[in-house]
Amino acid sequence: MTVMEQRGAYRPTPPPAWQPRMDPAPLLPDAEPYRVLGTEAAAKADPDLLRTLYAQLVRGRRYNAQATALTKQGRLAVYPSTTGQEACEVAAAMVLQERDWLFPSYRDTLAVVARGVDPVEALTLLRGDWHTGYDPYEHRVAPLCTPLATQLPHAVGLAHAARLKGDDVVALAMVGDGGTSEGDFHEALNFAAVWQAPVVFLVQNNGFAISVPLAKQTAAPSLAHKAVGYGMPGRLVDGNDAAAVHEVLSDAVRHARAGGGPTLVEAITYRVDAHTNADDATRYRGDAEVETWREHDPIELLERELTGRGLLDEAGKQAARDAAEAMAAELRAHMNQDPALDPMDLFTHVYAEPTPQLREQRDQLRAELAAEAETGPEGDTHR
Amino acid sequence: MTTVAVKPATMAQALTRALRDAMAADPAVHVMGEDVGTLGGVFRVTDGLAKEFGEDRCTDTPLAEAGILGTAVGMAMYGLRPVVEMQFDAFAYPAFEQLISHVARMRNRTRGKMPLPITIRVPYGGGIGGVEHHSDSSEAYYMATPGLHVVTPATVADAYGLLRAAIASDDPVVVLEPKRLYWSKDSWNPEEPAPVEPIGRAVVRRSGRSATLITYGPSVPVCMEAAEAARAEGWDLEVVDLRSLVPFDDETVCASVRRTGRAVVVHESGSFGGPGGEIAARVSERCFHHLEAPVLRVAGFDVPYPPPMLERHHLPGVDRILDAVGRLQWEAES
Repeated sequence: MTVMEQRGAYRPTPPPAWQPRMDPAPLLPDAEPYRVLGTEAAAKADPDLLRTLYAQLVRGRRYNAQATALTKQGRLAVYPSTTGQEACEVAAAMVLQERDWLFPSYRDTLAVVARGVDPVEALTLLRGDWHTGYDPYEHRVAPLCTPLATQLPHAVGLAHAARLKGDDVVALAMVGDGGTSEGDFHEALNFAAVWQAPVVFLVQNNGFAISVPLAKQTAAPSLAHKAVGYGMPGRLVDGNDAAAVHEVLSDAVRHARAGGGPTLVEAITYRVDAHTNADDATRYRGDAEVETWREHDPIELLERELTGRGLLDEAGKQAARDAAEAMAAELRAHMNQDPALDPMDLFTHVYAEPTPQLREQRDQLRAELAAEAETGPEGDTHR
Repeated sequence: MTTVAVKPATMAQALTRALRDAMAADPAVHVMGEDVGTLGGVFRVTDGLAKEFGEDRCTDTPLAEAGILGTAVGMAMYGLRPVVEMQFDAFAYPAFEQLISHVARMRNRTRGKMPLPITIRVPYGGGIGGVEHHSDSSEAYYMATPGLHVVTPATVADAYGLLRAAIASDDPVVVLEPKRLYWSKDSWNPEEPAPVEPIGRAVVRRSGRSATLITYGPSVPVCMEAAEAARAEGWDLEVVDLRSLVPFDDETVCASVRRTGRAVVVHESGSFGGPGGEIAARVSERCFHHLEAPVLRVAGFDVPYPPPMLERHHLPGVDRILDAVGRLQWEAES
């Protein structure tokens, strides 16, 4: 008898036939991004919703233009524009109830503003006077998050905690295509699915992570396909079709609120501007590509639909433009004022109670400021 | 008047008791991590909590440290007080981005609007014969991150007190639990645990006149043993147990060094860029004119934590401590 035959006597009973835990088919996204505008589905869309979306898109476009201009004037350290992505930004804010939470990335100031946060406070991080200007609890908007995808597990934890407390709260977390490569993206989706947390993940696939195109970011058929691996539905939507993004996100929020668990939504859109004012987009993409996307502009798509159906006339367009202009003028006026900063704030919010070490350093700065007040900053020979 | 029997208890039991008492006192306290539920933790520190408080309060999570700490951030945002377990020191590293970029600075980022009362339990240090990645002393990383409190108990009573204080804190606290002291026993009365002190006080474990051993966590018993052995050399050593690395108790440490005039910092963590450098600098800055000798460090070597069969050569032991004490220029006295 060979050794193998002898061992055969100790072979454990074979495992039962493997069964998948669930049928993945219903989780898979459709082959084509979902569209409403220019299709038969548009006829069913609520005209009032479409008009509201239009006004918000026009306002958002103006906001992007104004913030970009403020960067050129040195009023903002940096501004990552969402020109071309306004439909995603606006819809993300609009589908949430007051009690729900929004978890934005650094690019999503427009969503934060659309949620109701004061535009000046939404830009505080980018202006450089503090890290977060607004009170996160006032509008239930988490701080703008600069590290990629790290806000996604926060959204999962918050939604999970709300459900444990019996509250009917949904969290919507935003991330870019580059962010889907980060480990925190994976961990957040996995936790959300295991816990069946009421979360909606919105991936704005705008084509580039700074300069790296999607093809070098992932080999997945689509980013929405990643959902099935976690056991949650993936939806693919035309991110420039405001009506479609609104509908898909609304469905996902409703599904989460009803206890159905998380959804991953991939909105296919395009970043028309460069990554920030520090970026030269001509190094990694051609004008022709940008032009193609300009023809698929979210505002024009919606305008065509509304005017074609007689829901928007020249007066309506003008009203939207006027409202946007008023917002821009107010933003400009506020941003042109110099922020008043208190250097002692450096120590105020590190701990609930400053450590003895911080108290010493606080006293040092206070003494430096007192000396500076006496002699003036020009008295400091080390500047 | 009834007297409650004071029985020996292990540090692990005191930690379990602290978690249980905190959970019973405040429904916002949630324990979470890999294996903390059904198994009760690989060191059994969370034993029985899932049974007593339910799996929603003591939750087995997916195996993902960034996810554990990242979701805890969101839970804390919504008013819970998560207590997360990192299972082993080196397993915490995947969570460092969450720790450093969010946990430590969310209060600061939001100008005090969004404090995060999260307790991060990290079993740390060597001496248990663990294989690679199971014995790191990572306290320097935590100490170098503003916004975190860092505490480490050396006694059964402190294990209870510091963990309760950490959970009660409105700021994130890293609780470094010395693995090799989990089974150390002390007379401890679980029915009347000592009042929980605020974080940030060191304690003199042993009074002496010749020199001060400044230490914490797993090195405290080693220093106590060294102090006993030093009597044979005619040295009367004082032992200061820091208990809290952040905030640092300059007052207690410096009062001791001013009395003795000599100091040795002892810890398992590496010497270069380690906690001892910071402590020695603080002592030198504050007590220079009281010092009879430079502040010395007895630390682990500056090597990745060695395999178990070599760890005894790496860990600061009694002899290495006594050698350092001997180098404190005693001839100056004669």
